[in-house]
Amino acid sequence: MHLHIIDHYQKLKSPIHQMDGRIKLVLSVAIIISCALLPINSWPVYIFLAGILISLTILSDLNLWYVLKRSLIVLPFLLTAVPLVFHGTGTEIFTLNVDKLTLIIYPDGLSHFASLGIKSWLSVIAAILLASTTNFPELLHAMRAVKVPRLLVAVIGLMWRYMFLMVEEVDRMTRARLSRSGQSFSSSIRTGGSLLWRAHVTGGMAGSLFIRSLERSERVYSAMLSRGYDGEIRALEEPPISRRSVVGLVASIGSLLLLVIFAYLLQGVG
Amino acid sequence: MHIPDGFLSILVAALFWILSILIVIIAIRNVSREQDESKLPIMGILAASIFAGQMLNFAVAGGTSGHLLGATIATIIVGPWAAVLVMTCVVAIQALIFQDGGLLAMGANIFNMAVIAVSVTTLIYSFFTKISRGNRWGHLTGATVAAWLSIEVASLAAGLQLALSGTSPANIAIPAMAVIHAIIGVGEALITLGAITFILSTRPDLMTSQNGVRFRSRFWIVGLLLAFILVVLSPLVSTHPDGLEWVAEQQGFINLARPVSFRLIPDYILPGVDNTTLATILAGLAGTLIIISVFLILNRIHPKTGK
Repeated sequence: MHLHIIDHYQKLKSPIHQMDGRIKLVLSVAIIISCALLPINSWPVYIFLAGILISLTILSDLNLWYVLKRSLIVLPFLLTAVPLVFHGTGTEIFTLNVDKLTLIIYPDGLSHFASLGIKSWLSVIAAILLASTTNFPELLHAMRAVKVPRLLVAVIGLMWRYMFLMVEEVDRMTRARLSRSGQSFSSSIRTGGSLLWRAHVTGGMAGSLFIRSLERSERVYSAMLSRGYDGEIRALEEPPISRRSVVGLVASIGSLLLLVIFAYLLQGVG
Repeated sequence: MHIPDGFLSILVAALFWILSILIVIIAIRNVSREQDESKLPIMGILAASIFAGQMLNFAVAGGTSGHLLGATIATIIVGPWAAVLVMTCVVAIQALIFQDGGLLAMGANIFNMAVIAVSVTTLIYSFFTKISRGNRWGHLTGATVAAWLSIEVASLAAGLQLALSGTSPANIAIPAMAVIHAIIGVGEALITLGAITFILSTRPDLMTSQNGVRFRSRFWIVGLLLAFILVVLSPLVSTHPDGLEWVAEQQGFINLARPVSFRLIPDYILPGVDNTTLATILAGLAGTLIIISVFLILNRIHPKTGK
């Protein structure tokens, strides 16, 4: 496991990267909320929003394929929405006979399912854009700006700082386990102990990971104390947000709102 | 179990954001009140290692693997309130950086994986350690049962949220989530058992230190309040018709399910009688309440140990 696999932030110098993190956080959440508000079957609006998000991706110098590939993360979860396909009215598209069970696929069920998938996909792209163009300290600043409690931001900050270390720790443990586990090339020979034994080994690894992390936290705490930590978490004053970006933010949220209203009007006409 | 964006209706997402924010604020108050400055590095580093620990896995048949959520271990090591914060941070990082779970759906995800999983662990684990008077088997059984149940109940909550949002019908989403996570939960339970065995034999002081789970009445009150809120809200939110349409059609009363938006009083007078889905949800919640009360009563009867 290498660090660049964990951290999806990409150090580039695009206009999107240079935007204020606070603005980006609020804007991403606004896009995701608008996606959730959009009615089903408003295809023109989905296409329009997808166009905007893809243009933003191109504008941010990110590799489009990379973003699209990462957005596939929603696919497995779509399974939970599959039952939607079988409920609806109108003429059936396809009838599936499984033993005694008859499953009928309806057109409106199918389009409901597809709308849901698209909406989810658009939201994920917005989130990927935020994560790959905003570095973590800036994201922490943004969290503080939207009034996430200081203690929580401090824990998230510390978590981020030690996450890479702990992931490497896990990586080393897994490597150690692998190097001590024999494996046969022929698949007929079963290697390794029983399931229970394997689970027990993994449990031991987890236990040792947590003990190591607690012992590390004791050391970190003494280090913090010796550098003057008094229980108060201090952060630098954030620079004021420029007028231009506030105007831009308000305009963007306004247009998103218009887009949602437009989608509902379209729904009414159709 | 990480619900992505787009799968929850805005109403359900907002509702669970509000619930989660309230509980996180209570947790922050409680953790700050302890005036223990060493809590901050412990929470941060524990959150990091839970994130990393979720990468630990072991092979189960057919290319699948068992792995860890970690809420139970977190609760046992740092206590319930700090564990709520630790798990909240884990869920937040997973959503913000890795898109594992949505931003709008984060309220619901925090509710399931931080609030519910930690509450279930607290109830079960403190119960077992109490009746065993803190001996070894009590810790081990308690941790194992708590780990399995925390996954199971959290997944039920996720199923309920999907059903309330109209994404997946309740009579499919909830049983499907329950069955899948009953299996996933076994992995969680086994790893947790291994981890707690390891910690008990190397650093037993961690299990008995004041960081660990203690029985606090305040936690119970919050838990009961939550259950109550869910019981009251679920029939109201369920009048959102999408999730019920499918069931209604199956039962042949589709004409009752008109496309209403959000209405507090449904068309049919007694949804609990007419609708099997709602009845199931309510029965489940009532069952939870009964179990919680039994635990409470048993704890009252049983002589207090320690302290």
